[in-house]
Amino acid sequence: MATTPNKIATGKDTAQGFVYLPLIAGWLVPGAGHFLLRKWGRGALLSASILGMFVMGIAMQGKIYGGAHDILDMLGLAGDLGNGLLYIVSRALGYGSEQVQVTTADYGTRFIVVAGLLNVIAAVDAHNLRTGRKA
Amino acid sequence: MTHFSSVLVFALFASVVFGITQREAPKQMVRYGIYCFVLFTGSAVVLSWLMFLIAR
Repeated sequence: MATTPNKIATGKDTAQGFVYLPLIAGWLVPGAGHFLLRKWGRGALLSASILGMFVMGIAMQGKIYGGAHDILDMLGLAGDLGNGLLYIVSRALGYGSEQVQVTTADYGTRFIVVAGLLNVIAAVDAHNLRTGRKA
Repeated sequence: MTHFSSVLVFALFASVVFGITQREAPKQMVRYGIYCFVLFTGSAVVLSWLMFLIAR
């Protein structure tokens, strides 16, 4: 069975619209960049994975970085910021613990940071699909 | 949640994202996702045994 060509990646379509919209949408809401490009399956899997990892991190009482006091905090904050709206909403609602006191909370902190990093990868992937760099 | 189940969940979620973003064809995505999952869990088990043996 022949595969259908990726219309977004061909011809004049690449020049139409705001090219960075999938990147920004994908960063703000996990999977949204792929949904905009009508990649429903990929978007759903990415969304479930990133949201799942973030929620599990919160459930494990992981820390959400609010400021940076040293280099490790800065790296953690950079990772957390990758979660986009999830980070902003969870900070506003006061989710996550201030201090890591149990082992699972340490794991939870890593889950939240990695969820943010994975979200950035997913958003860049949506951007590559939009520009035609990836089929 | 145990340490090992945390490793499995972490490996599963990360492998799904890696598989989708790092390959183009669906079949390749699945294969690469499984490859990443095995590497994540395998390296965690091997490193755990190494740390156990070093600590003895």
